[in-house]
This record gives sequence, structure tokens and C-alpha cells, in this order.
Amino acid sequence: MFEPDIAKKDSSQNIKYSKSKIWWGKVNHFIKELIRCRTAFLGAIIVLFFILVAILAPFIAPHDPLKASIINRLRPPYWMDRGSIDYLLGADEIGRDILSRIIYGTRISIMVGLITVGISGFIGTLLGSFAGYYRGRFDAILSRFADFLLSFPYLIFAIFLMSIVGPGFFNLIVVLCFKSWVNFFRLSRGEMISEKTKEYVEAAQVLGESDIKIIFKEILPNIIHSIIVLATLRVGYFIILEASLSFLGLGIQPPTPAWGSMINAGRDYMLSSWWVSTIPGIALLILVLSINLFGEGLRDILDPRLKLE
Amino acid sequence: MKGIKILERISLAIPTMLAIAIFVFILMRIMPGDPVDKMMGKSGNVSIEEVQALEKEFHLDLPLFEQLKIFINGILHGDLGLSFQERRPVWDIIIERFPATIELALGALIFSLIVAIPIGVISAVKQNSLIDRLGMAFAFLGISAPAFWLGIIFIIIFAVNFNILPVYGRSTFAYKPIHITGMYVLDSVLSGNWLALKDSLMHLILPSISLGAAQAAVITRILRSSMLEVLRADYVTLARTKGLSEYIVITRHALRNALIPTVTVVGLQIGELLGGNMIIETIFGWPGLGRLVVTSIFSRDFPVVQGSVMFYALIYVTANLIVDILYTYLNPRTTL
Repeated sequence: MFEPDIAKKDSSQNIKYSKSKIWWGKVNHFIKELIRCRTAFLGAIIVLFFILVAILAPFIAPHDPLKASIINRLRPPYWMDRGSIDYLLGADEIGRDILSRIIYGTRISIMVGLITVGISGFIGTLLGSFAGYYRGRFDAILSRFADFLLSFPYLIFAIFLMSIVGPGFFNLIVVLCFKSWVNFFRLSRGEMISEKTKEYVEAAQVLGESDIKIIFKEILPNIIHSIIVLATLRVGYFIILEASLSFLGLGIQPPTPAWGSMINAGRDYMLSSWWVSTIPGIALLILVLSINLFGEGLRDILDPRLKLE
Repeated sequence: MKGIKILERISLAIPTMLAIAIFVFILMRIMPGDPVDKMMGKSGNVSIEEVQALEKEFHLDLPLFEQLKIFINGILHGDLGLSFQERRPVWDIIIERFPATIELALGALIFSLIVAIPIGVISAVKQNSLIDRLGMAFAFLGISAPAFWLGIIFIIIFAVNFNILPVYGRSTFAYKPIHITGMYVLDSVLSGNWLALKDSLMHLILPSISLGAAQAAVITRILRSSMLEVLRADYVTLARTKGLSEYIVITRHALRNALIPTVTVVGLQIGELLGGNMIIETIFGWPGLGRLVVTSIFSRDFPVVQGSVMFYALIYVTANLIVDILYTYLNPRTTL
């Protein structure tokens, strides 16, 4: 298990090189735990695979994801009649290769997930840490605002905002971040409030350390693990949200390949060509499932308090 | 004392609603796209006088602040304005659509409870058994699968390949029950129209499952973990040593207490079910509030969007409020 308090005590008593030793020990221990929890390990491997696919998209995609071809219009996957090995997962309504579009679509999904969580996690944690440490009016205003943002369902909120700012990658990120920082804010604020009463914080205060140093050097390392767990689990959530918005035509716009809009495009051909909608959905399911498996494993390892047996 | 606390909670909900109203209003006004243009559609040949008359009718000629005053004043008097598109009160449109949304949400909720309670309880009682592992695997799938994709898969499987369930709308035209509550299933029962009942139930199945799958997964997991906790409690051991049958111990002693955290989650889910249904309603052509919002956004029907988002917020706030209050009765130790 992670024991940050003990690690801290050790690192402050010893000299520098042992600090890196402890850090390495932690990483080593973490990887061991991850492998022990087989499902989480599997999740991590698949997520890594998707990330690799996203990075290497131009090299591994068999076709240009935007290139239409009338002859191959609605060509079924290769294991069906009329299928061809050239179009492994079939082609869509204007003859674009579905596999290549899925490969490029991975980029959008992973980028939206990571960037949104990165930005909102950073902002939320920063604001939450200050609010929880200082309390007072700053905290009161932010907390009220957070409650307000939580007072209506996220999907309608996102649809509503997207229709105002218009579709597009940048707008999507802004709209998703607009509310998602709240989760990180509330988590870090709560943790900060409970950590602040502990002895090591009081000790640091008595020693005359600055507030900024106490927040970032003393407390944050002790609460960062629950924030990391939340962040991991949120990535999957945002990937689904992005797909939902793109599905409604409010997120990433065609012809850019995004899984949500691919699923939507296939709706018109559901009766005759099931693969156009189904296959991008399977990719989405596998990615989100793996992220969640990894996230829950991570939680069991880093934050056993929250374990759902 | 408790009564005062409850009143306090209710009074806190009012400023929240007001803030939402202002927020929604401001956002709607900065949206690109002129509503009068949209209203005229492609009819062309519209004189400036006509445009001005329309602007006047919908108060679009007044300064923003005046418009806001009219809007808030209207809300307080239960008047949400006129729809740009349909030229009739928004309130009427919402009330007309709302039963369909409730029916779908209830369908999804009932589906998720029917699935979640047995699986959750059995998984906990037979922890680490095959049933437990399968149940948890399904719950995990349910959480990770996007609802809109599930809906499409169901349409492909049940409508296209097997042709056993309808996938569009709420009823076949000929079987539409007479209007009593607006919820077709309930109306058919009340009017004793069994053909209509069968028809509307058939229409309800697929959208309910698509919408309820994720909720079922969430509820299963929460119920299982709280059952596991409760089953280790001293009073359960006591009940067992008293010689009560395992069935009684589980249903009367364990489940009852395990339901407390579950009720909270279910309550929050009701808000989500009512508020997260735009996509499912769009896919299944379900004429509810969610679809109304989506179509109104695309046609820039300001008053309808404003009204429905407000209505959604109201439901959400109320659902959470009711859960809080219910919670204090189920678990007397908590204070609001």
C-alpha cells in the first residue's frame, strides 16, 4: 500500500538520493499491485494500445479516412459476403474505410478525454485546495457556484452550451471543462479540509512554512492519489460525453472522423448495413471499459478506502 | 425541528432556480442565429413591418434587461411565453410532452430495479461465486456502454433482424388510448383497453432498457457493496444466531438496511433518467421533453428551450430534495 506519511518522514530525515529510491520503490510496488489485479492490468494494456494507435494513426491506417470511393459504398466487413480484405471492417455510406476512420477517431476520443480531464483537474484541484485551506468568502462563493453547476443534469447543460458556442473541438473542450472542474474542486476541497487539521500540517505551520508551500509541498502529495483516481475514471466519462454530443451533431463535425458522429451517420443505414453504426460503438465500448477497469484497479491500489468490495 | 430543516432546504432551492433562470436566459440571448429569421423559415418576401411586428410580439425589440424582467415575471406567474415555432404557450407544450418523458423514465427505473435488486443481493450473498462474477461483469459493461449505442444495437437486433418489437414512437396509431394522464400504459389500464396496453408496453420496452441499463449497473454495484457491509454487521449475526431462516435474515434485516445508500443513488438516478433522455428520445422517436429540447435548439425556439431547461432543472432540484427528505426518514440518524 501507499503510505505517503511514512514516506514523507523518511525523505525528510534522509539525504537526497534515498528520496529517488523511495520513489522508485513506490513505482515498483505499484506495478506489482497492478499486475496482481489482473483486470486492471488488462485495462491498462488496452488503454496503452489505444494510445499507441492514436499516435501512430497515419502509419497504421490502411486508407485515407476522408477518401470517399463510390464502388466501395457500404461494403460489409470482410467476413461477410461481398466483403474484401482491403476493407477489413467494411466501408461507410460514401465508401470510406471504417477501420481507418476508427483509427483516426481514437485520436479525437483520447485527446478530448485527456485534455478535458487535464484542464479541469488542474483548475479544480487548484481552486479546491485554496478554498479548502483558506475557507472564508472565496470558498463560500466557489462552493455556491459549484452547487449551482451541479443543480442541473450535465448532458442537457452540455447540449445547451454547445448549441450556443457552436460545434468544434476547441468549443467542446471549453464546454466540457466549464462544469467538470467542479468534481475535482469538491474532492480536493474536502480532502484539504480534513488534512488541514492533522498534526503534520500544524507542525509545518509552527515551523513557519508559507501557506503555498504547505498546500503544495505538504498536503497535496498526500491527497493527490484520490485526485488521480477521480481523473482516471472521468476520462471514460468524457469520452462518452464527447461521443454523445458528436452523435447529436453538436460535437466534432463530419467529415473529421469521430466515433460519435460515425455512429450517427450509420443510423440511416441501420436496416441494411448494421456495421456502419455498430463497429465504432464497439471501439468506444472497449476503450471506455478498459479505462474504467484500469481506474477501478487504480482506486483499489491507491485509495482502498473507496473500495467497492 | 425536522420540519424546519426541511423548510430550510426547500427555501434554498428557490435562489438556485432563480439563478438557473437568469443563466439560461443570458446564454440563450448570446446564441448566434436570429430567431425571427428562423421563424420565417424560407418563406422569403417578408417585409420589415412584419419582422418588426414579430419582434414586438415576442418582446425581442426591448432591451435585454426588460426581456429578463418579463421572463422572470412570467415564470413567477407560471407563464413561460409563447413558442416561436408553434405560436402557443410553452407551458402547454411542456405539459403535453412531459407524461411521455415520465413514462420512459419510470419504465427505465422499473427495469433497472427489476434487474439490479436480485443481482445485487445474490451477488453479495454468494460473494465470489460465478453468479457474482457474471453479475459484476455485466454491471461493468452497463456502466461503460454508451446509451445511444445500446439503443441502436437494440434497434438492429430486435427490429431489423427479429422484427418483434417496435422501435419508433409510443404507440401504433390505431391503438392510441384515450387521454387521461398522458402516460399511455397507465391510460390503457385506466380505460381497460388491453390492446392499447400491450401496444404501448411493447413500444416502451426497448427505450426503457437502453435508458435504464447504466442505472441498473450503478444500482447493482451500490446494492452489492452495501449488502456486503451489512451482512457483516453484528445485528445480522445476532439474527442468525436467533435461528431465523437465512431468507428472513437477508430480506428483513440485511436488505432493509442495505437499501438506505441505494435509495440515495436511485433518487439521484431519477434526476439523471429524466434529464439524460434527450438522446434516447431522439433515437426512438419518443415524443417527450428531451426530444423537444433537441429540436427546439436546432430551430432556435428560445422560449421553448428556456422553458424546458428550467423545467428540467426544477425536476432535478425537486428530485434531489425529495431524496434528502426521504433519506432522513429511512435513516433517522442523519440530519439535513
